[in-house]
Amino acid sequence: MSTLVDSLQAAAGLITDGESQLAGIVILSLRVSLSAVSLAALLGLPLGALLAVGRFPGRQTLIIVINGFMGLPPVVVGLLVYLLLSRAGPLGTFGLLFTPTAMIVAQTLLITPIIAALARQIIADAWAETHEQLRSLGAAPWRAALTLLWDTRFSLFTALLAGFGRAAAEVGAVMIVGGNIDGVTRVMTTTIALETSKGDLPLALALGLVLITLVLALNTAAHLMRQWAMRRYG
Amino acid sequence: MMIARQDVFPLELNEVCFASGGQRIIERVSLAIDGHVRTVILGANGAGKSVLMRLMHGLLAPNSGAIRWCGQPERAAAQAMVFQRPIMLRTTAIANVAYGLKLAGMGKSERLAHATEALDKVGLAHLATRPARVLSGGEQQRVALARAWALSPQILFLDEPTASLDPGATHEVERVIGEIAASGCKIVMTTHNLGQARRLADEIIFLHHGRVVEYTPASIFFAAPRSPEAASFMKGELP
Amino acid sequence: MNSLRRNFLAGIAGALWLATLPALAEDKFIVVSSTTSTEQSGLFGHLLPSFEKKTGIKVRVVALGTGQALDMGRRGDADVVFVHDKAAEEKFVTEGFGVERKEVMYNDFVLIGPKADPAGIAGGKDILDALRKIEAAKAPFVSRGDKSGTHAAELRYWKAAGIDLDKAKGPWYRDTGSGMGPALNAAASMDAYILADRGTWLSFKNRAELTVVVEGDKSLFNQYGVMLVNPAKHAHVKKELGQQFIDWVVSSEGQQSIADYKIGGQQLFFPNAKR
Repeated sequence: MSTLVDSLQAAAGLITDGESQLAGIVILSLRVSLSAVSLAALLGLPLGALLAVGRFPGRQTLIIVINGFMGLPPVVVGLLVYLLLSRAGPLGTFGLLFTPTAMIVAQTLLITPIIAALARQIIADAWAETHEQLRSLGAAPWRAALTLLWDTRFSLFTALLAGFGRAAAEVGAVMIVGGNIDGVTRVMTTTIALETSKGDLPLALALGLVLITLVLALNTAAHLMRQWAMRRYG
Repeated sequence: MMIARQDVFPLELNEVCFASGGQRIIERVSLAIDGHVRTVILGANGAGKSVLMRLMHGLLAPNSGAIRWCGQPERAAAQAMVFQRPIMLRTTAIANVAYGLKLAGMGKSERLAHATEALDKVGLAHLATRPARVLSGGEQQRVALARAWALSPQILFLDEPTASLDPGATHEVERVIGEIAASGCKIVMTTHNLGQARRLADEIIFLHHGRVVEYTPASIFFAAPRSPEAASFMKGELP
Repeated sequence: MNSLRRNFLAGIAGALWLATLPALAEDKFIVVSSTTSTEQSGLFGHLLPSFEKKTGIKVRVVALGTGQALDMGRRGDADVVFVHDKAAEEKFVTEGFGVERKEVMYNDFVLIGPKADPAGIAGGKDILDALRKIEAAKAPFVSRGDKSGTHAAELRYWKAAGIDLDKAKGPWYRDTGSGMGPALNAAASMDAYILADRGTWLSFKNRAELTVVVEGDKSLFNQYGVMLVNPAKHAHVKKELGQQFIDWVVSSEGQQSIADYKIGGQQLFFPNAKR
């Protein structure tokens, strides 16, 4: 119990101190995870729309695979990216291992299926409701897909948030491909893992509270924005 | 948008059949529909009214039989459809109206002008910049009519356009339909509202179990239906 | 709608810009794969700033178990390997993955155990005798089980004590497959014995009932070595920068800096480079 109290105090201290090292770690966490969400959105949203609107052989299989990949173990993704980016691996010449870029790549792979699967569900529902009207107006399937991507933007935003939450919270992948290098690839979750292994449980938990607070704050802002937009656009 | 006006009528259906999930919905329907008159499709629930209209509009393809526009098998371009529940995109009323024109490839300033004019004609110019999804059901249906009208169709299909509306909104929608017809657009409409059919129809297609039982001028149909099915429908014995 | 769409697209563009920002601009850096004992004890935090100040070379430390750290070198993902498992290191060099092994320093292992001391070994000096008693008492023992240098050392001690772990293993022997810190956390919550390096132990905070039970045995000394990854195997290895780091660590300045590092007045690592 005292650990929890210590942690709450330590967390408050960490935030109010504005310790520059913590700020750097938080900024890197945000940079990596927001970048990964952006890339995953660029890949996952069109893929989800294609699966929702398109009719092609192998579509059902692809849907099952993507739904299944929503639960990819971060460690496995990390290992895969590690082997790809390692100097001895196929993409070794770029020297990307142990850089933020490698972490972005790993997190993008991890959350693209989440965003694609959620987007497919959202757009498929919208498609069921609107496809006659859109076809009546002469929209080709690709055009309808684009229209629905825009029309369901508020719901899709929630899918992006889910992806961001997953990216910001995972430790397995970034630990392996980033290496938890101080000042270079050390993010919130790897710092928490490090402090846990040093046995400084109150500090680790305090950092965890900072991370949770951050994710909650972002979600609150997003929620309020979405509510406003829903009221405005129905 | 200047689509060269060419003749699309008559709209001919020849031995058209449609089945879905093992259920035969439209059975060997043959019709020739002319322009300039307002055609109302009547029939009990499940008679196949909506499906027949979707076959005509090209949203469904017949399992057998042929649909021709002025003797040609290609789907006529200048047509539009309004559905029972208006489908509005999450944007302003005017952008919803302009959307169809954008799909037709019209430039931005031209389509805004067209959309403004169409909204004005349905009496909603003052709501142009309001988000469409927060308008009332009647207003949304009029935006849908404006969206269809803006395309300058030669034929407009309406599938139970007032079924979810209150009497006031119904009246407004009927007024707009009358004006669209007066502008020279062919109207094909389904309804289960007999009063509405009396007010709007020039001719009646009566469907029963997927077959055309009667295709007659409205005055004759309402005076004395020839088929026993239509007679019992008029008496309210069919749902 | 258009202004909203513009904002939306601007948001995406901004996020992409974030994604493509170059990794923190540092042209001169090397990657050192090392062990959790050097990183988590805080030695590198003490050592590296002086080196970086002198040479302008940033050192990026990836802290793993010795086995993994050597593997990183084998794959060419590190420029320098700094670990503590003499046999494995010599193999690494013989196989041609490392250029030359230099001894840097040693620290020592300590046997940690619960204050209750169910095996009755507290205060002893002989690690082999202590292990035999733990086995005889079937007292809980936590093993790293992660092919780290400490794990390799532990296995050597069991063997030297004449105990065949394959036969003697039972519920009392708990193979955690984790780093030094997590293994200590596990031992603290199970009141188990565990072999740890002194550095990690001294900086470890979640001790609960644990304390040092055996220390000071000569055979508990734990030698650290440093090697440049062979540029002949991996052409991109930063040969000059890596060599500068190695030369500095074994120089009198580097050795003094190692000797200066203390936690609570206790020296953790004892420089012993041969010059």
